[in-house]
Amino acid sequence: MIKFIISVFSSSNYWFIVLRSTAPILLVTLGAVITEQAGIKNMALEGSMLWAALTGVIVSAATGNVWAGFIAGIAAAVVIALILGLFALKLDANAVLCGVALNLFSTGGTVFVLFSLTGDKGISSSLASKTLPFIKIPFVENIPWVGKIFSGQNIIVWISVLAVVVIHIMLNKARVGVRIRAVGENLEAAKSAGISPNRIKFLTLAVSGVLAGMAGCFLSMGYTSNFTSGISAGRGYVANAAQVVAGGTAVGAIFASLIFGLTDAMATYLQNIGLPPELIQALPYVVTILGFVVITLIRDRKELIRKKKLFEKDRAKPLASGLGA
Amino acid sequence: MKRKFFSDRDKLEPALITIFAGVFSVLVGVGLIFIVSKDPVQSVRNFLLGPLLRTYNFYYLLIAMVPITFTGLALCIIYQLKYTSLIVDSSFYSGAIVATAIGINVSLPPGLHPAIAMLAAGLVGGLISLLPAILKIKWRANELVSSLMFNYVFYFIGSFVILYYLRDRNQTILASMPFQKSFSLPKLVENTQLHAGFIIAAVFVVLVSIFLFRTRWGYEIRITGANPKFAAYAGIPVATVALYAHFVSGFIGGIGGAVEMSGLYRAFIWQMNPSYAWDGVIVAMLARKNPKFVPLSALFLAYLRVGADFMSRRGDVAFEFITLLQGLIILILASDKIANYFKERRLKRAALSHDLAAQASSAGGQP
Repeated sequence: MIKFIISVFSSSNYWFIVLRSTAPILLVTLGAVITEQAGIKNMALEGSMLWAALTGVIVSAATGNVWAGFIAGIAAAVVIALILGLFALKLDANAVLCGVALNLFSTGGTVFVLFSLTGDKGISSSLASKTLPFIKIPFVENIPWVGKIFSGQNIIVWISVLAVVVIHIMLNKARVGVRIRAVGENLEAAKSAGISPNRIKFLTLAVSGVLAGMAGCFLSMGYTSNFTSGISAGRGYVANAAQVVAGGTAVGAIFASLIFGLTDAMATYLQNIGLPPELIQALPYVVTILGFVVITLIRDRKELIRKKKLFEKDRAKPLASGLGA
Repeated sequence: MKRKFFSDRDKLEPALITIFAGVFSVLVGVGLIFIVSKDPVQSVRNFLLGPLLRTYNFYYLLIAMVPITFTGLALCIIYQLKYTSLIVDSSFYSGAIVATAIGINVSLPPGLHPAIAMLAAGLVGGLISLLPAILKIKWRANELVSSLMFNYVFYFIGSFVILYYLRDRNQTILASMPFQKSFSLPKLVENTQLHAGFIIAAVFVVLVSIFLFRTRWGYEIRITGANPKFAAYAGIPVATVALYAHFVSGFIGGIGGAVEMSGLYRAFIWQMNPSYAWDGVIVAMLARKNPKFVPLSALFLAYLRVGADFMSRRGDVAFEFITLLQGLIILILASDKIANYFKERRLKRAALSHDLAAQASSAGGQP
């Protein structure tokens, strides 16, 4: 077993797969992080990915231009995110239920559109869709072990790394980040400071749509070269769990999605040594649940310690107002 | 009693909105058919009238009501508690797996055999249902997110059990060994598939109605859902309430899976998870969380599904468009603004006329 693990971890192919399967999760997790920071849960990420994956394939096949497909896919994903906003923010709907509804809408809708266009329910192989470019890095590709991992990755893998930087700056260094967190943490205070909460929430939803759109396009135009029904495979849901693990930061999102990527890639290897594939397929989700539980546990413990300290401080002062809420 | 129902605006208006959601989604469906179909008139006819014009389809409609009644009931309980967990999907699927195992491997007299299987499936379903609730209560982990993760996990575990322990290796497609004869539920009508599960589902509608609205447990669930803080102050053990509500909900889901197996099939032949929980969401929402109305909304949804199935078999419109409509229905029903449209308008009017009567005093009278 140890020998097996060492052989897997020393294989450059394993790390290549890790990067490849982490990238889409990372993108949607960032999307989940940013909306959650503004205090709205985007459960429709799954639907955004599905429409992006399908629209990307259709438009790139129709125009013959992969970037046109990419843009169209992102636009479709943003539309789904904004519909969620419309219902959740303007029509006072339960955001979580709306997300569920939009995912249902998307699962059925994408298959419906695919069938109406191609006569096939499962796969878009009859459409001559394009794939996003794979990047060969000069010099690096010649380095023995490292080159095989980093060179030849799809451009989206690098965009996902870039997205971490952008979202990190957006949340921590830009004024809009302060506003986002203000809206998420204390709506009333934000309002009285002249921030329009709905505008901020719509903004974060749009950003999460862009991120989910890129992830969706990657799935059908890079990770694989077709749209297949249900291609997102619950990644939008995983992102919402990973978001908790990420603890609301862009850098945390890397670790959270790596947990999924590492186990997802490991699953392929474990299958090769004869473990039942069904159990292996369940592994990434199990690990996500575990990560989710462990992180909330740690967070709560920290919170408890903080409260305890506050309490002791209060007791030290006579006439203190007490614990508060 | 009936008269009061119809004179009471607060009850009538939500009913109108619900009907609106249903009619609206059907209209959208018809619109979509006209866009994609080469012979739209025939397709629409098949979609809307198919379930009613043929006896075979009509029985199919009744059979299709059974599983979604169970998941709908299970979700009514969850929604009364104001949770959003979808773990009943796992309960239903695992219930079907447990029933399959018992249907194949245990020998019991007819009648008792499916009953034992249902009980076991219910227990397993109930226990599974506790998982996201525990995570929520203990660590405040969002129950919808964790339940969706669990749904993947239990789906994979279920197909593992079928593949490695219950599979019939003589079949080319994935199927379990055949069930024993004693496992099958009796048919209600000769030469049709309509099985006794229909009656069991009806009994559960009554049981869950009584449970939610006539027992202390149901009362505690509703109070906890309406206002957990008040419930806690009133001395209701909120966490315990959430746990047993989930157990009962999962129990019903598990039984649903077992009923489906022993009523409809001779072996486990699902190639993928039928995911009746998602249909249950709509059934529960159309019923406004009230078990009494679950049969009605299950009938409506089954009608849509059977119509769509019939249409897609005979035409060029994909069955999946029904899932799209289901999403639309939930979107409309989940929106408080739409749900309270009439009420708000009435209140505004009342406030306005009141303002006019009072003439002066109101400062910035816009509500």
